Amino acid sequence: MDPALYPAGVSWRPVSPRLVTVRRALALAALVPLSLAGCVALALASVPVGAGVAALLAALLGWVWWWIGRTCRSWGYAERADDLLVRHGLIIRRLSVVPYGRMQFIDVTAGPIDRRVRIATVHLHTAAAASDARIPGLPAGEAARLRDRLAALGEARAAGL
Amino acid sequence: MTGTPAAEPGTAQLHRLHPLTPVLRGFKYFSAIAALVSVREMSQLGLARTLQVLPVIVVAGFVLAYVSWRFTWYRIEGRELHVESGVLFRRSRRVPLERVQAVDIVRPLIGRALGLAELRLEVVGQGASEAPLAYLADEQAHLLRDRLLALAAGVDEHAPAPAETVLARVPTRDLVVSVLLLSQVVVGLPVLVGLSVILLLVSVPVFLASLPGLGPLAFGIFRTTVQRVLVEYGFTLARSADGLRLRHGLLETRLQTVPPGRVQALRIVQPVLWRRRDWARVEVDVAGYGGDENEQLATRALLPVAPMAICRDLVDRIVGGGDVTGMPRRGVPSRAAWCDPVQWRRLGLGYSADVLVVSRGRVRRVLDVVPLAKAQSIRVVQGPWQRRLRLASLHVDTAGRRLSTEAAHRDLAEVQQLVEGLSDAARAERERRRLP
Repeated sequence: MDPALYPAGVSWRPVSPRLVTVRRALALAALVPLSLAGCVALALASVPVGAGVAALLAALLGWVWWWIGRTCRSWGYAERADDLLVRHGLIIRRLSVVPYGRMQFIDVTAGPIDRRVRIATVHLHTAAAASDARIPGLPAGEAARLRDRLAALGEARAAGL
Repeated sequence: MTGTPAAEPGTAQLHRLHPLTPVLRGFKYFSAIAALVSVREMSQLGLARTLQVLPVIVVAGFVLAYVSWRFTWYRIEGRELHVESGVLFRRSRRVPLERVQAVDIVRPLIGRALGLAELRLEVVGQGASEAPLAYLADEQAHLLRDRLLALAAGVDEHAPAPAETVLARVPTRDLVVSVLLLSQVVVGLPVLVGLSVILLLVSVPVFLASLPGLGPLAFGIFRTTVQRVLVEYGFTLARSADGLRLRHGLLETRLQTVPPGRVQALRIVQPVLWRRRDWARVEVDVAGYGGDENEQLATRALLPVAPMAICRDLVDRIVGGGDVTGMPRRGVPSRAAWCDPVQWRRLGLGYSADVLVVSRGRVRRVLDVVPLAKAQSIRVVQGPWQRRLRLASLHVDTAGRRLSTEAAHRDLAEVQQLVEGLSDAARAERERRRLP
């Protein structure tokens, strides 16, 4: 982590490692059947070509596997006295600072796979469309806690538009 | 009739929209239906059948409009506007007036002939105008607007409308010349005409085949030129106790009122060919204005064209922090040239306790002004190039959809200070405004 991009003296909380599992499962489900079918078709025509392509695809899958782990670990959030910080991204790094008082509403969403592993996404919305305070991969209990805390703080510090 | 404007619940009088509303609405429904039933289908029906069907559609449109008018009511209760509407699906809407971001009176062309106007309350919401009262008699719309604004501001609702002072008027000649000097006209039009001529010389079928590509280009130029003149014709900007008043429009006229403190962000724009005349344009973002592109276009300008000094003075006065636009701005380090070789020298940022000013643009100069009390969130974005050069871009997000403020390619250490400094200043501003 480049220390200078993110504010100093902030204790960042990571998201759940189960997010990595979900994203990896989704990536595999999308990539593996297609790759397998392609490789088998190629191998029927010529075994060496099929094997070569299969090796390449396996390497690619390995890289995707590793990369998903890294991007998921890049997510972090911190609750400061007056604002919520969210950071993420490896190639393009992003940091959002959203004051609690600017909260308009909060979404907690979880897809079918998310629900199986009990994680959820918390999205803090402000009046600005460009605001980007979304934290995926929170354990269900933590998501509920964060939602309630953000809602309470937002109410206490509410500022008009 | 003095004292608190609060009325007993349930005692406020119900009002209907103007009885000519169905006539105007009928035209709207008719044109909507006519657009659905395309010309091709009409030609399939044949002329005789079309002439039989047409009156039915027209009558149906007017009947629909009449029924919907019969079922629409509004009333003011306390500090809320209630609007009841809908025939099958009843809708009862309550708009708290202290949340109103702007009040517009819009008069479409046919409405002007009939003396009707639409009153629109802009509240932050899903997009289109949240509480349109269409249509009211002209003077009634004005009276109601004054009353609603007075209620929104918490002053006596029956007091006469506050006097207004005109801040600027845009002569038609300046408006037309300024539009003709836009790059869309100076560059876009010759390109469009040249392309068309070349394609026509090649062959007529080729020209016809490329029309789907040329059409949008022509429409884009039309939108930024002719439509801009139509919308911003006769622009008058005034200020009164209940807010900024903007009057403009040639065919459809619009009278906007933006109450004090509802301006989210401002922008001064100077296209390259305006520089010799020292002209500039002020754009404004108000939360709540939304809707389609036409709406966006119609509510974008605060001052379509005026000498730079007047534009700056106007922005300074609205923000109210002294010489805001002349605030010293810091540039970016020279290594930012690797990210943006064209305009890196023009990137600047300055801020005080209550306002942020960001400049950019080499050809088309832009100056963004954001009152810090309006900042919704602060974001930092750093791409791979920027990371290598130890730079980052800072965004300050505001409500509203038109203006976004980005201070690009700034030194990393400075960005970190800015995040802290701007957050603190914005918090102080929010608290200061909340106290009274």
